[in-house]
Amino acid sequence: MRKLRAWLLRLWSFSSHDLQDQEFAEEIESHLQMHIEDNLRAGMDPKQARREALLKLGGVESTTQAYRDESTLPFIETLSQDLRYTIRQLRKNPGFAVTAILVLTLGIGATVAIFSFVDAALIKPLPYRDPSRLAVIFTSIPLGPRFHLSFPDYYDFKKQNKVFSSFEVYDSNGFGLSTPVGTEQAPGARVSAGFFRTLGVAPILGRDFVDGEDKPSAPRTVLLSYAAWQKRYGGRAEVLGQTVTLDDHPNTIVGVLPRDFHFAPAEPAEFWTAEHDESPCRGCHWLFGLARLRDGVTIQMAAADMSSLARQLEIQYPDSNHGDGSTVVGLTEVIVGDIRPILLVLLWGAGLLLLIAIVNVASLLLVRTESRKREIAVRGALGASRRRLLRQFVTEGLVLAAGASLTGLAAASAAMHLLIGLIPADALAGMPYLHGPGQGFGLSPQVLEFTLAISLLSGVIFSLTPVVSISREEMRAGLTEGSRAASGTVWRRLGANLVAVELATAVVLLVGAGLLCKSFYRLLQVDPGLEPDHLATLVLSVPRADYSKDPQMIALEQRILPGLRALPGVTSAALTNKLPVGDGDFTTSFVIVGRPRRDEHNEVPYRLVSTDYFKTLQARLLEGRYFTAAEDETKPHVAIINRALARQYFPGEDPVGMRINYEDAPPESAMQVIGMIDDIREGPLDTTARAAIYVPFDQHPMPYFSIVARTSVEPQALLPALTATIHQIDPGIAAYGAATMDQRIHDSPPAYLHRASASLVAGFAGLALLLSVVGLYGVIAYSVSQRTREIGVRMALGAQRGSVYRLILWQAARLITVGIVVGLAGSMAAASLMRNLLFGTQAWDAFTLAAVGVVLGLSAFVATYIPARRAASVNPLNALRAE
Amino acid sequence: MGKNDVWQGTLALMILKTLESMGELHGYGIARRIEQTSGDRLIVQYGTLYPALLRLEQEGYIVSEWGVSNNNRRARFYKLTRAGRRQVEKETERWEKAAEILARFVSPGEESL
Repeated sequence: MRKLRAWLLRLWSFSSHDLQDQEFAEEIESHLQMHIEDNLRAGMDPKQARREALLKLGGVESTTQAYRDESTLPFIETLSQDLRYTIRQLRKNPGFAVTAILVLTLGIGATVAIFSFVDAALIKPLPYRDPSRLAVIFTSIPLGPRFHLSFPDYYDFKKQNKVFSSFEVYDSNGFGLSTPVGTEQAPGARVSAGFFRTLGVAPILGRDFVDGEDKPSAPRTVLLSYAAWQKRYGGRAEVLGQTVTLDDHPNTIVGVLPRDFHFAPAEPAEFWTAEHDESPCRGCHWLFGLARLRDGVTIQMAAADMSSLARQLEIQYPDSNHGDGSTVVGLTEVIVGDIRPILLVLLWGAGLLLLIAIVNVASLLLVRTESRKREIAVRGALGASRRRLLRQFVTEGLVLAAGASLTGLAAASAAMHLLIGLIPADALAGMPYLHGPGQGFGLSPQVLEFTLAISLLSGVIFSLTPVVSISREEMRAGLTEGSRAASGTVWRRLGANLVAVELATAVVLLVGAGLLCKSFYRLLQVDPGLEPDHLATLVLSVPRADYSKDPQMIALEQRILPGLRALPGVTSAALTNKLPVGDGDFTTSFVIVGRPRRDEHNEVPYRLVSTDYFKTLQARLLEGRYFTAAEDETKPHVAIINRALARQYFPGEDPVGMRINYEDAPPESAMQVIGMIDDIREGPLDTTARAAIYVPFDQHPMPYFSIVARTSVEPQALLPALTATIHQIDPGIAAYGAATMDQRIHDSPPAYLHRASASLVAGFAGLALLLSVVGLYGVIAYSVSQRTREIGVRMALGAQRGSVYRLILWQAARLITVGIVVGLAGSMAAASLMRNLLFGTQAWDAFTLAAVGVVLGLSAFVATYIPARRAASVNPLNALRAE
Repeated sequence: MGKNDVWQGTLALMILKTLESMGELHGYGIARRIEQTSGDRLIVQYGTLYPALLRLEQEGYIVSEWGVSNNNRRARFYKLTRAGRRQVEKETERWEKAAEILARFVSPGEESL
């Protein structure tokens, strides 16, 4: 206790230093005077009296020093001297300080900002108990591995599996929420009763669903997300027991989920109800499975068990389960699998930028150390120990790194907000781990630790750089005149190699950016099979109770379409069950009438469209004709197929006139193919176009409505009018997802992922190019300034200006060549690592590689030419006199 | 017997003891008093006194105050705090115990075998 108090006082007295010194001087003075007086009384003469007193004291200076050491902490004392000296040095040379801090701020800011996203998405554990033991179960079909389960399949899986301790389901379709002003689309999910217990999440208010609460007959209950509780109910506890009307059913609110809870596969979700639908239809797929692995079971073991169960079901129910397998994926992989490679590429990009920044500042430090050799030698000669001198460098390095880390943190937190803006709002809603309450990116402890780590690392590099560049001899020899030539070599060797490293790193980043930009360009070049400009789109959610019968649905169609066409600025309007450039889901299985059924499941996207659909999209008809308005249920059934289907199922044949039917459907539902269109992209743009079937809405109405309208004016301006028209027709219909087709394409997941990664890596690459070229300029300019005398001598001896140019340019050319060659080799390796992110672009895209080589070579040449010119214009007389 | 330097670690106790018996005293006075008390058998290098005083003050056993000496000279006076008085007792006891134990080794008495 007493020790601590003393230590704190010593630390404290550090600030009131001067006052203490002064007081002690007075105390010593009064001590001496008293002693001298005593001595005088004892009969000494004044001179001897004073001498005796001083002797007895042991010297004023050494006493003062002993006192000072006791009064403060000597270590802090020197540290503060070093700091003061460092700051004086930096202020004396503001150009260096500002450049170094700015360059580092860029590097640290970029890296920390990206890391905060990596931390939020990939490092922070998901808010569940033991999240690594959770898995999502999909049905795999020939179209792909991640499709929905049917209820009977789920039921059998749940009963028969031996690998899961619990097996639940969820379904992420939203609800039509009844409000006083009409029905609105409310995001939500339906889950089986044990869903939250499987996740290991308990409500913070009220209760969880209990077993059996998901039976069709059970009373309807709902849990609120924390955000919905706050937003819609002001966070009041009395919310329990209130009712909320979802899809026309009153639901009792029984609980509120925790603030940090999120479940990305079903987000955004405000209302979580129990899944009451136990449809016995095995062919009706709308659920995803969520399961917790039993102890000791791996994902692979679970996948094997589920596959064998799926095979049994396939044998048992050949009609409905033909071709259905099972896919088991870890929940973490489902949630962050898409974003992980992009974040890692971005982190690498930012890391390389940081590397360049550090190298740049390190070489600046080297130059500065060179020019301070003499000062160091003088301080050494005046008695500064080597340790004390090195400590000075370490302090300077740490001060630089610490200062830059602070500015870097500020830059990072600004950059984070810019970055989050790059993600479209819809996509962001599906990434709750990036923005949810108590979640998300930001200066979390992990991010601060990371910042501290890179700051320490750069601090160590900056401290060591000058230390290794100054040898023991040089510290003494710096005073002598001839030292200049000798000391240059250390710097030239190290500094020049560092610049080659910078150039190589810049090449890697430039190639990465080039490839990503090209991918993005290629992606936007993909022909969607329609004319996207001047198309407005809207998704509707209709109350099932009012529109369950065919005539009701057709009547609705016949009120919506004329209503839309009547809007000024709309030239044509149409309906579909699902908009193009989506996830490509909503499929059907078909057979070709009159052909032996092959042993496969022909499952393809299936679209119910109104008469003018193709005309509105401006699709391209390749053969046959479009539907007519007269083709309703009274007329023979017809269908239009796309080119991909014709190529896959009717190779070398004319598909028009062929007959197809739904799998296992009665013969009278067979349809005649009346036309073939060029492929419209139903699925994501970065996958190949798939076979698809289009049928007239009037012949097969289903309660799924999406609207497309071709406009003569800016489509964005018409979006509110579309929604208003729908609400005029029936306020019970929820309209959402209003967007132009261009927006749909631009904000579709592959497009924004490519756009975000391309623009970020391009930004890093631009900065890297700038920094490395400036670094090269610095090296050459410094070398020229060191060699002024040599050049003067050469010119005095008759060297031509041309040969001086050659001398300098040759030196630079070697560096540039090494940098570019190493960089190109490195970027091939880097590009093959990010192959998954590339679309329509090879990792060794020759054009990109060549373009990067040329751009970097030219910029580097310019950076070299300026100092070379200065060297060549040296006046030999001045140069020789300069010594 | 020659004069001895102050043993390590005992200076603090001597200062505290001196202040206990003398009340307020300045640095020079403490130094002289210690020498007198030792019968001039101890040499106090006056300079070493001040860091020791500072440390005792930092530890809260003494406090200082500027005042005027007998000869009308401005000087800094030190005096014990309550914690200081307790510390004197504690240290004295400790020292006596140590001295007693040492004494048994140095001059074995009747009770030893």
